[in-house]
Amino acid sequence: MDLNITVNGEPWALDVAPADVLLDVLREQAAVKSPKIGCERGDCGSCTIIMDSRTVRSCLVLAIEADGHEITTVEGLSFDGLSQLQNLFLANNSFQCGFCAPGIVLAATELLERTPNPSRHDVQEALAGNLCRCTGYEPIIEAVLAAGDGGAS
Amino acid sequence: MTTTYPFEAESPSEDLTTVGTPAVRIDGIDKISGAAQFVDDIDFGPGLLYAAVVESPHAYARILSIDTTEAEAADGVVRIATGKDFPYKFGMYMEDRYIFAQDYVRFVGEQVAAVIARSHREAVRAAKLVKVEYEVLAPLLDPKAAVADGADLIHPELGNYTHVPWFFPEADTNIAHWRKIRKGDTEKAFSEADFVLEDTYHVPRYAHCAIEPHVTVSRLDHAGRLTVWTASQSPHTQRHLFAEALAPLGFTHKDVRVITPYVGGGFGGKAGVSMEIIGAAMATLVKGRPIKLRWTREQEFYNTYQRQGVVAELKVGVMNDGTITAVEHKLYWDAGAYVEYGANVVNAAGLSATGPYRVPNITNDSLCVYTNLPPGGPYRGFGYSEFHFGLESHMDRIAEAIGMDAVEFRKKNAIVEGDELAYGAHMNPSGMLEAIEKTADAINWGVEEQSDNPNTVIGKGMALFWKAPAMPPNASSASFLKFNEDGSINITVSGMELGQGYLTVMAQIASEVLAVPVDKIRVETPDTDRNPYEWQTVASHVTWSSGLAVEKAAVEARSKIFDVIHQVYGFEDDSLYLEDEAVKCKTDPTFSKPLSDFVIEGIQTDDGTWRGGPIIASGKFMPEFTNANSDPATGQGGHPNVHYTVGATGVVLEVDKQTGRIWVRKAALAVDAGRAINPDLVKGQITGGLVQGLATVLFEDMRFDEGGKMMNPTFTDYKIPTAFDIPDEIIPIIVEVPQPDGPFGARGVGEHTMIAAAPVIGNAVYNALGVRITSMPITQEKVAMSYLAKITFESNQEE
Repeated sequence: MDLNITVNGEPWALDVAPADVLLDVLREQAAVKSPKIGCERGDCGSCTIIMDSRTVRSCLVLAIEADGHEITTVEGLSFDGLSQLQNLFLANNSFQCGFCAPGIVLAATELLERTPNPSRHDVQEALAGNLCRCTGYEPIIEAVLAAGDGGAS
Repeated sequence: MTTTYPFEAESPSEDLTTVGTPAVRIDGIDKISGAAQFVDDIDFGPGLLYAAVVESPHAYARILSIDTTEAEAADGVVRIATGKDFPYKFGMYMEDRYIFAQDYVRFVGEQVAAVIARSHREAVRAAKLVKVEYEVLAPLLDPKAAVADGADLIHPELGNYTHVPWFFPEADTNIAHWRKIRKGDTEKAFSEADFVLEDTYHVPRYAHCAIEPHVTVSRLDHAGRLTVWTASQSPHTQRHLFAEALAPLGFTHKDVRVITPYVGGGFGGKAGVSMEIIGAAMATLVKGRPIKLRWTREQEFYNTYQRQGVVAELKVGVMNDGTITAVEHKLYWDAGAYVEYGANVVNAAGLSATGPYRVPNITNDSLCVYTNLPPGGPYRGFGYSEFHFGLESHMDRIAEAIGMDAVEFRKKNAIVEGDELAYGAHMNPSGMLEAIEKTADAINWGVEEQSDNPNTVIGKGMALFWKAPAMPPNASSASFLKFNEDGSINITVSGMELGQGYLTVMAQIASEVLAVPVDKIRVETPDTDRNPYEWQTVASHVTWSSGLAVEKAAVEARSKIFDVIHQVYGFEDDSLYLEDEAVKCKTDPTFSKPLSDFVIEGIQTDDGTWRGGPIIASGKFMPEFTNANSDPATGQGGHPNVHYTVGATGVVLEVDKQTGRIWVRKAALAVDAGRAINPDLVKGQITGGLVQGLATVLFEDMRFDEGGKMMNPTFTDYKIPTAFDIPDEIIPIIVEVPQPDGPFGARGVGEHTMIAAAPVIGNAVYNALGVRITSMPITQEKVAMSYLAKITFESNQEE
């Protein structure tokens, strides 16, 4: 089946099978590796991508469902230097192993676009679908709150 | 009496510029930009094959036959491997495991065969077509049942297994190792004690739940070279075990190469060798093609190491003045079907099961018991998290019984420098008393707090922790260091960046010695061909051990730098020092030679010739004061542990009397880091470890059915904390009583931060509601039912 998607601004014309999952197609055919395979059932959030300005779990989306859609991954945020949020994550040593980071960066980016000055509760809610086993979340939440205070990018 | 350390590290008290600062992680930008590459992210091209494993559906069974005919004919199948292909044993501390099951399967999920196919989907499909006939046997799922007289033997050949000299298996039983400590006279002490408390505590199994599943890609090339890319904490140990296990096929260590890029969380689950050996073996069947094996989340739960369950029978005697006189701790470990790694968890716990207390009379028995559950193994805390639940619950109960404040009781008995340890050696310098006081202050210990909500009660709890690295006595670390033309530095080491910030800490140590900023130092993840030896990244030992290796390399580089300056300019070495990427001289303040001028090219002398050349250095560290030889009957005579890291944890929680729901309002944790090389990273360990520990007591729990099958191997049913499930406030406290042989005084803190999380909740729940829960986890349901039982009993008493 033909699949036409835009990934980080670049158009891709791909051939996929009906059962192919978007996560696998992005990683194996569209040159982005930041969405990670963590649970393959929508529990962990490490495969999070932004599809048309909303975060989705790409392990729960059939590739063909993304036909005609625009996809952003964390690679796409970094072409013109890091975003303010990414810089705050960096300065705050927010992440440890970093496996969940691409998903969390995108989830927090989406939050700040909708809610430029989020409360702690807003941040917790926005990140509740992205599991992190290393940090205890606190240094991540702190950085997102700081991005909010500064008028998020 | 104190330990004499053969190596004196750089002085912890000198003025420091980099060590002790919250430097930005050198791997930070990789991780927030999407650049960080994990094993599964490496492209292997169109030749990549995929493997899927055929697993035992039974906890205990004899394999009667394996029929691969139908699977072999399936689309895309390249090769099928079974136990017949690899009748080889392996194991970290005890060789009790085969690459694929041979005649018996001993847990649900054990690998019986594997299919290699051209796509992942085809491999999975064909694996379902492999037909295995079993004679099903009755499984042993409980360690107490497995040590009972007449229990079936899970490993009848136990008496013949190869193991490290500090294990004591009991042949013809299910006891794979029995660590005994006998010190003083516990019987006499109990008879003379003013108060003795005895109880049993139950701790179930737990899963590491690193978000990255285990994944390995292995390739045997046409020249006979075996390369394995793994998500591992232990590249050199893996190479060693692969080379040993596959030696019958002609492999030597130089033929095997292990490459370990970033790891998406370890927590002990990626230490040693587990599924990776399946990949390494299978690669030998298909020359020239890389094969990928990635565990599903379900396999991640049931076929990697699990934290072992334990039944802890504890008896403690005290005098009325609060002095602890005797501890008897009997630990029955549910070690699972294979204990090649897990037996050392049992050993470590047995050596230290008194907790961080001065105890003159000790009887510890730590029994490693085979069961038909998945193999136990290392998990952050390495046995200590498990036994601290009972021990620190017990300490609160004793303090209350003799009418002493729980904090005062602990301070009175806390082990301090020079006190004798259970095995006869002596305690290292420790900031325990400071940690207790600062933690108690942080939670306003002794001040009762009232809830505004009539349905909830506020409770406070305290618990102490200690832990020593559990390592072979000669576990070592090494490093190479080289300068580049611009005065920047590359360091190669083989510790793993698991997220703890190891690479950054190594850069900070070299930066401090060589006066080169951290952002001009690159430290990367290992490749066993190029990076020098490291035992493993476990035991919270790499900041200390690998840090010393890096410090020594940096000191060697510094002396080579001074030597060149001396040759050319005549200044004595002891008049030279490094500052701001330049060599300076105490006797000539006008002298300043930038490193970038000469660390590659050397320095031209007046006659036109050159001196110096590329500055390269190496360093290694092995603790030369430890030994694991001790009397098997008493545990006395050796010096198995290098040192202990200590600390305290305190919480303030709110609990709903009717529903049992618990909210942790405040959690404080003080740990004696010796010297925090990077305080931000130490705080990261405190926050992360505390939340991981709190989850084990509040909601995580592995459940198995009566057939030994894990019932909740998903994040839907085995819940780990989300961003909502954390304390309202976490107060990290760093105590710094230097470790004499630590790099700038540092010792490890990574595992310690989760150790006291379980008892601190138990103690706070008791403080709030007056109910004592002796089995983990302390779920909402248990709290509500225990409290209901208590108030029902009390109202019946009144009637």
